[in-house]
Amino acid sequence: MIPVLLIAIPLLSGLVGFFIKNGDNAKKWSLFISLATLAVSVYGLTLDKASAALHFEAEWIPSLGSKFSVALDGMSQILSLLTAISFPIIFIATYNKEYKTPGKFYALMLLSQAGLIGVFVSVDALLFYFFWELALIPVYFLSSIWGGEKRIQATFKFFIYTFVGSLLMLVGIIYLYAHTADHSFSLQSFYKLKSAISGKDQSWLFWLFFIAFAIKMPIFPFHTWQPDTYEQSPTAVTMVLSGVMVKMGLFGLIRWLAPVIPGGTWLWGDTASALCIIGMIYASLSAIQQDDLKRLVAYSSIAHIGLMCLAVFATTETGLQGVMIQMFNHGINIIALWIVVELIERQLGTRKISELGGLAQKAPSLAILLVIVSLANVALPLTNAFVGEFLMFSGIYTSTATTYNVVFTVTAGISIILSAVYMLNMIQKVFFGNTNALTENAKDIKWNEKAILAVIVIMIVVVGVFPQPALELTKTTVHAILEKMNYK
Amino acid sequence: MNAIIFSAVWGVVMMFSGAFSKNKSLVRYLAIIGSALLLLVNIADLTSQGSPFFQIDTKNMLVFKVFGLLINCVAFGSTLIYFLLSSKDIEEVGPNSGDYFALIFFVLCGVSITTSYNNLLMLFIGIEILSIPLYILTGSSKRNLKSNEAALKYFLMGAFSTGIMLLGIAFLYGASKTGSFFIDEIGIGKAPASPLFVVGLLLMIVSLSFKVSAAPFHFWTPDVYDGSPTVFTSFMATVVKGAAFVAFIRLFADSFVDAQPQWELIIAIIIAATLFIGNITAVFQQSVKRMLAYSSIAQVGFMLFAILGVGAKTNTAQEGIVLYIAAYSLATIGIFAILIKLKDHSFDGFNGLAKQQPLLAATNTVFLLSLAGIPLTAGFFAKYYMLSTALQTGKFFWLVIFAVLCAAVSVYYYFRVIQAMYFKEGEPQQIEVSTGFKSLLVIVAFAIVVLGVFPQLLINLLSSILYF
Repeated sequence: MIPVLLIAIPLLSGLVGFFIKNGDNAKKWSLFISLATLAVSVYGLTLDKASAALHFEAEWIPSLGSKFSVALDGMSQILSLLTAISFPIIFIATYNKEYKTPGKFYALMLLSQAGLIGVFVSVDALLFYFFWELALIPVYFLSSIWGGEKRIQATFKFFIYTFVGSLLMLVGIIYLYAHTADHSFSLQSFYKLKSAISGKDQSWLFWLFFIAFAIKMPIFPFHTWQPDTYEQSPTAVTMVLSGVMVKMGLFGLIRWLAPVIPGGTWLWGDTASALCIIGMIYASLSAIQQDDLKRLVAYSSIAHIGLMCLAVFATTETGLQGVMIQMFNHGINIIALWIVVELIERQLGTRKISELGGLAQKAPSLAILLVIVSLANVALPLTNAFVGEFLMFSGIYTSTATTYNVVFTVTAGISIILSAVYMLNMIQKVFFGNTNALTENAKDIKWNEKAILAVIVIMIVVVGVFPQPALELTKTTVHAILEKMNYK
Repeated sequence: MNAIIFSAVWGVVMMFSGAFSKNKSLVRYLAIIGSALLLLVNIADLTSQGSPFFQIDTKNMLVFKVFGLLINCVAFGSTLIYFLLSSKDIEEVGPNSGDYFALIFFVLCGVSITTSYNNLLMLFIGIEILSIPLYILTGSSKRNLKSNEAALKYFLMGAFSTGIMLLGIAFLYGASKTGSFFIDEIGIGKAPASPLFVVGLLLMIVSLSFKVSAAPFHFWTPDVYDGSPTVFTSFMATVVKGAAFVAFIRLFADSFVDAQPQWELIIAIIIAATLFIGNITAVFQQSVKRMLAYSSIAQVGFMLFAILGVGAKTNTAQEGIVLYIAAYSLATIGIFAILIKLKDHSFDGFNGLAKQQPLLAATNTVFLLSLAGIPLTAGFFAKYYMLSTALQTGKFFWLVIFAVLCAAVSVYYYFRVIQAMYFKEGEPQQIEVSTGFKSLLVIVAFAIVVLGVFPQLLINLLSSILYF
């Protein structure tokens, strides 16, 4: 019942939200709902893994062999927890911002949350596809209505890109479905397929799915929608996009591609890894060039996601464990970065690095919190990202799935160094040095913003020092997936 | 049978009602009642498996199978909704509204013949009964040059394609062993095809492609759809197109299924061309009406997948096409009903509609999403069925990928309307719509969403009827 609640609470209350006219009520309503969802998600964590409450199945379209079948395993737990934590954080951090027609804004936000959680808990391919789109459409409207100046073109590009990807995935799903022994969309039937599909078919099936997921993550060369969309979307939506939505791509790769089509994954693993590597270096170099804070964080996100995707193709236990924990960490860290960007922009009206300077004198607490978040972003020890990236690097290095493991490790390492370059450079230019006319009158942040950043910093440190519970959570999932990937 | 008789009789009633009654709303109500009764009569046919009213021996020239009757249900149901939404606008086309309604009932008579023919002569007669009233409706805006041009163009091209169909029928007659027009006897089974048969087959493909406006025989469509009064475009693009399509699929499913290797590549190429031309040209349109004309071409490209799938053992193709026509008709009628209310038919005419008429904008969004095939709408399952039909054949994988890319292109032009409604500021247009109109639109939109989330409702119905 837990996964159903996780979907139903935001979905139904989102629909109610459309009728709330008063902005304050809409804010309170959505914050309350997102906290309720979080409570359910945390309660789900306390249950035993075999508990019946973590599974639910009902008839949906029997003639097609599709069921409303949802389940929470380790990976779903950690990602739905990420979704459930992100939304209250986003709502609190942007609490002081006013939107036109706020009722609709918050309603669409809640709908996208329902879609995201649905993606993470579905174990039926058709249902997965439904939620995949349900998450996309509210975000499209959110960005297009409340976004920046060039929002219409940017979000439209985003929509078309992801829609092409989803349609290709749909063709793949129908193909797999037609080959299942019992004509079913269930994940278990898909897992049984791997020997029934010839190597040649696995080869192109891989690309049908991989392109869909690569667009979502995004992986070079399918990333061109991302910086524009992140820049043009309202920051609350950018947080959803980069913190949670990109995880849909990684999740799909780990759950629906690698174990279902292991032959294709093995065949094309090196090619995909090479794309990840190119993307990481390219995105890091681009990030160094950026003057706009939003674009800088956007490119930095491409680099980090590339590393996670690379670690999936390494097919090692440490690597995959690293990906699991890093998916959570990356979500938290990047939302924190967006919060800082949002705070700076709202107060000073600019995101240009060249126009800022000396903010640390005026907003000391913001500066301290940002420095910790940035250090987490470059994976310094004691921060959460260190755990994830260390595991991923050791996984990639010890990988037997590829003969280029050393090359991949070294180039990926370079991108981490580059990430230190642009993050520290940004901190230096924005927070230190002399104040200018614009930053002269800057004030420190409000208490709710301080509190929420502090919560994130605590999470960063706690997970960084004490990652074991998270690793335990995903252990069985990782084993099951690896077993299916190494079928040779 | 009852539907054929009833629609013909009611057409005559409508004609006289216009002559005897000066009261326009009486005529309108008669038309609405007529379409509702027609639907009921057809459902009675469907459920009783044997005509409950008239038993006429058609010498096997017409057979009333469930598939055809189901399509009739979709066509009559769409007409009912169309009348409820747009019958007032039909009155505004010209002074003789009774005549227009009468012509529409005659078209429906043609529809019921085309869905039940068992003999090529009946196919010919059905298609003609269907087409001739349409030529008149297209030109019904007498003082409008574009309407006149469209009518003439439609008539000339239509007559030409009918001629081709007759020639094709003649060839098939000559090729059949027994010298027969019956569709179960003109097929050649698995025997090698004679030149006569191949020529006949090709001519039939050409003429039927013309009727459903598949490329490269689609050139009349944009001009005719654009030129004719918008209310009638709506009818032409949905009910008539669906019926013509059924004629197409029935011929291939019943007669030519064994000869599939002879024609499947031709159909595949027609599909590719239709999808490509329909979608790409729609992108460049400035008028929503013209865009919808091209989009209807593009949708036919998807429907044609059902013809590729007629050889399959399951009924996926038949089930899918009923679902497709229903989803497409509902959405298209809805969009046209809204379009008629706007004075400006360009994309800019929709600017700011979301502020002015939030309900119209919201329902229009559902219709557009359904046409684009986004999940949670009926259009998604329609497209899903077509794609799986094509994949079941095991060939033409390239075509499926191509279709999917074209579907992504279609998002571009459908979403332009959504963008105009929601994201652009517009001058306030005074649009007057009644509460009844609004609530009916909401019901149609709701039906589309319900079918998109619980397609089982319709699938159960279809499979219980189609598999008995």
